[in-house]
Amino acid sequence: MTFEQILFILFAGIVVGGAASVLLQRNPLYSAFSLITTFVGLACLYVTLKAQFLGVVQIVVYAGAIMMLFVFVIMLLNIRDEDTAVDPNRFLVYLTIPLGAILLGALLYVVTKVNLAQPTGDEGGTVERIGTNLLTKYLLPFEATSVLILMAVVGALHLAKREKE
Amino acid sequence: MMISEMWTPVLALLQQEPSGSFGQRLVQSFSQASTTSFLFLSAILFTVGVYGVLTRRNMIVIFMSVELMLSAANLNFITFSRYWQTQGNEYAYNGQIMTIFVIVVAAAEAALGLALLLTLYRNRETVSADEITLLKW
Repeated sequence: MTFEQILFILFAGIVVGGAASVLLQRNPLYSAFSLITTFVGLACLYVTLKAQFLGVVQIVVYAGAIMMLFVFVIMLLNIRDEDTAVDPNRFLVYLTIPLGAILLGALLYVVTKVNLAQPTGDEGGTVERIGTNLLTKYLLPFEATSVLILMAVVGALHLAKREKE
Repeated sequence: MMISEMWTPVLALLQQEPSGSFGQRLVQSFSQASTTSFLFLSAILFTVGVYGVLTRRNMIVIFMSVELMLSAANLNFITFSRYWQTQGNEYAYNGQIMTIFVIVVAAAEAALGLALLLTLYRNRETVSADEITLLKW
């Protein structure tokens, strides 16, 4: 077993364990902390896939900013624990079985049909390469996302504002 | 940049004629390329997210499950970006650029969704998806 495989198993275990814990916790705050664990594990996996910049972005934006927002709202609302984490009586539970089967079938079909080669080399997504791509080839979508973020901020401010009596 | 031009290497992959039995090919795929393991991890993550969206009642946890699904898609993008990098594909970094856009949209979604949730809690004192029945016929 190579070093990369050991790392993959370690980080994949963190990711899957964290994701399962998100669903199994009854307290939403613990779910949020599990999700942070998952995101950190994912960032490690990104680095093993030679996407260093995205690994850092994942930690700063996802595990840092977005999850802080979640934790903030959970603490603000002071939500009580639920009786059961997963509701076994929801009929929607039975929808997950065909959905999972379809996904697994498609994946097995592609994986057995295609001869994927082992990735080699150490090019990777450096800041330079991603920055060059973002500011030349993808300049228009890049600017469009800034408008999107602005709209989201204004919308969130308007929604969360307390109405005047 | 032509869209069809971008798809040519992908289509070339899918037109291969596999040999050997199903099980042999599966084992070969796993032992040959780490890409396969990453694809399966991503599928597991996505399925866990779907399960969370369908079974949890707390709206905040439902949002978190959506984030899990987005992350699974991101992992897939980066896996294939890595795969095409070493195949010398000039569009290989599109996957990583796409991931950045997904993260941006996820941030906007979280900000708006949580603001909506806050308003909802202020008006109805609940965040349970089962009790929000205003639009139910």
